[in-house]
Amino acid sequence: MIPGTFDYHRPANISDAIVLLSRLDSDARVIAGGHSLIPMMKLRLAAPSHLVDLAGIPELKGVRLEGSDIIVGAMTTQHEIIANDLLAAHIPILRETSTVIADPQVRYVGTIGGNVANGDPGNDMPALMMALDATYVLSGPKGDRRIAARDYYEGPYTTAARPGEILTAIRIPAPPKPHGYAYEKLKRKVGDYATAAAAVILTVANGKIATCSIGLTNVADTALFAKDAAQAVIGTALDKASLAKASAGAEAITSPAADGRGSAEYRTKMAGVMTARALSRAFARASV
Amino acid sequence: MSKSNVSMTVNGKAVSAEVESRVLLIHYLRENLGLTGPHIGCETSHCGACTVDIDGKSVKACTIFAVQAEGANILTIEGMAGADGKLHVLQEAFREMHGLQCGYCTPGMITRAHRLLEENPNPTDAEIRMGISGNLCRCTGYQNIVKAIQYAAAKINGVEYKEAAE
Repeated sequence: MIPGTFDYHRPANISDAIVLLSRLDSDARVIAGGHSLIPMMKLRLAAPSHLVDLAGIPELKGVRLEGSDIIVGAMTTQHEIIANDLLAAHIPILRETSTVIADPQVRYVGTIGGNVANGDPGNDMPALMMALDATYVLSGPKGDRRIAARDYYEGPYTTAARPGEILTAIRIPAPPKPHGYAYEKLKRKVGDYATAAAAVILTVANGKIATCSIGLTNVADTALFAKDAAQAVIGTALDKASLAKASAGAEAITSPAADGRGSAEYRTKMAGVMTARALSRAFARASV
Repeated sequence: MSKSNVSMTVNGKAVSAEVESRVLLIHYLRENLGLTGPHIGCETSHCGACTVDIDGKSVKACTIFAVQAEGANILTIEGMAGADGKLHVLQEAFREMHGLQCGYCTPGMITRAHRLLEENPNPTDAEIRMGISGNLCRCTGYQNIVKAIQYAAAKINGVEYKEAAE
């Protein structure tokens, strides 16, 4: 499997990358870790005439605290996320999620920016970013703009990013301390995309859920923000009836494809099951 | 412009060449440098037979272009043994513990296990299994691969290897 011919560019800073993108043919693509793009190029599902590699841009790397927001550079790899103590202290669900993405080799190279940017509904981070109410920073010829993860995804591989824009950073408001969290992913084997997965962030006050947000992975054309499912458990102590209501709320918004992972009905059901499991685990964590 | 000059260090030796941008690192290693230890298995980033070490990271060489490895320090299975031919402790371990049958996955397994032990010199059985979860073996059932890595870890740590009760 040999990809098509392309010209390779390796700019040293973001502004050079933006200038390059505006100068090159419109089918030029940005490459981060390349672990989504290169497989697609090998299958000739993608055949960009230019690749602009972001690997030589140091400002896209790293994790830092800015006020109450955590800023994660787009080129931060899954491996680096797992190892990062600042993230582990403030947003432990990131480590939990990165650990179930692909396999060790892929995590050394695959980046969080690449995971969220391209709009692949199979990727795990978009649902998590929706649950965390993260904001993406897009840099383009007209400067920077910010867009909420919840508004970014329009369809499979279709996003609100405009041609020539690069997703340079992710801003995540640190969830309150303490909070409960869980990412539940059903998959057939290591390295597989989710049959269905759910991300939950919640807080508990006086034994009852005070705030809750839920994101769902790979059960529709895009990651889903499951508002009604979360609403169903707020104000409850996660009794059986409210859990069932949350599962039903998650199932109601799915529209998965039937594929090797199961029928559409099965995957919808699993979205409900993952939601219930993630809620239960998050609640237990918040209640200790 | 669809060709680029690349320079990198492979198994301690500086190499450079003009390659087409679309040449994957695995092809560059095997075809340009004659390093046929890293294997091409699935070509879809699943099997890990092409795993090499790049700047202290285990990477599937079928999913990176050679041009992306500009300036990198790369270790393949050919660079594991000593200059005098003495086997690396992991190579010895795979031989002693029968960690291979057909051998196809072995170069990837050993380069991956090398990085795993560099990061975690004393892994548990579960950590080894998670650590090599990006490498597929269709012969052994992994049992003896895990034992081989435990054997190597024990040797690196200077303790006697004891086989866990089955």
